[in-house]
Amino acid sequence: MLRAAVALLERDLRLARRRFGENLLVVGFFTLALALFPLGVGASPDVLGRIGAGVIWVLALLAVLLGLDRLFQPDLEGGGLEQMLLSPAPLELLVLARCLAHWLGTGLLLALASPLLAILVHLPAEALWALPLTLLLGTPTLTLLGSIGAALLAGSGKGALLAALLVLPLDIPVLIFGLSAAEALIAGLDATGALLFMGAFLLAALALAPLATAAALRLALG
Amino acid sequence: MLAVEGLACRRGGRLVFEAVSFALEAGDALVLSGANGTGKTSLLRLLAGFARPAQGSVTWLGREITLEPAEHAQRVHFLGFADGVEGLLSVRENLAYQAALLGGGADTLDTALATFDLVEFAARPARELSSGQRRRVALARLLAVPRPLWLLDEPGVALDRANRARLEAAIERQREEGGLVVVATHGDVRVRDPLVLELGEPNPC
Repeated sequence: MLRAAVALLERDLRLARRRFGENLLVVGFFTLALALFPLGVGASPDVLGRIGAGVIWVLALLAVLLGLDRLFQPDLEGGGLEQMLLSPAPLELLVLARCLAHWLGTGLLLALASPLLAILVHLPAEALWALPLTLLLGTPTLTLLGSIGAALLAGSGKGALLAALLVLPLDIPVLIFGLSAAEALIAGLDATGALLFMGAFLLAALALAPLATAAALRLALG
Repeated sequence: MLAVEGLACRRGGRLVFEAVSFALEAGDALVLSGANGTGKTSLLRLLAGFARPAQGSVTWLGREITLEPAEHAQRVHFLGFADGVEGLLSVRENLAYQAALLGGGADTLDTALATFDLVEFAARPARELSSGQRRRVALARLLAVPRPLWLLDEPGVALDRANRARLEAAIERQREEGGLVVVATHGDVRVRDPLVLELGEPNPC
């Protein structure tokens, strides 16, 4: 049962390695979109320093949403989803493995790239670890929530944009707490409360999102 | 083993078929025929447990499959129009993944590859294969993981004559071992004395 989930994870990671370019595109979007902000609001360090952390978090959220259509759509069209349903492993576990692989190719890369972006917008030195830390804690939740939207719309052929609109409201608490934790850490304040909330969101999403996603996928095939 | 009683299927408000009944014992094969749109694929999906029937029941050894979906899922091989072969993975990687996903071991892979004459392509990425060769990769998983119920939707599409013969031999072997085979086909795959269900006729068997 666990072996089937591990096999799915290995396959997805192998595929992610072979299309590494596509994952870099997500990070590329993240970086280029940020590079537009100095052009839009002016390059003065105190404006950028004030909005920088917020902009990076919002862009990370959008980058995660951008990658959602690759979560289940290829499997639904290619017949892979039927095989997942016939596995001895419960679909919920396979969904979790799929989300983990997807996150390693998007959220993790975004978190690793975020210090570079922090330098780009003149954030103080604390941001170099505060941003990756909060993104590491927040992006898995965003991926899990996104999987619900992606699965709900996978069968309808409506595509990623609608899925993004659907899950955006669910993402807002993660954004608020993630950003307040990042800003508190950057200002040298205590962020324990916000970080604990983010941990709680992540645990709740880990427990509940696969159930909802698996139910939506079964519906899509039915 | 597999019994279907008064089955009806509704898609998008349209009644695709109704009052379909049949019973299959170990070693039986059922050929589904009928014009396009008469519900051959829909019936296979109902038998696989992917969808719930609008009416009627599907039972395995007397127990309804909707009451034990997890057990039923592990009895079924489903080969649909979309073959589930990933182009970026090699033939061997595709088969190894599908076998592991379905709970099979790695020791049967070589035999399965050899049966459908795939050994020489084993290291090639599946996107370089022709559609017939891809179909053979999908067929190989039927042999890599033994399961009692095969549900095959147009399995002969894109296959050349030699490989169609290999598929027919695999179907007969599955039956000899006491398995069941349900095939939807327009006649390109021949099965030895099958039961035939003509969908879209007023009086199905």
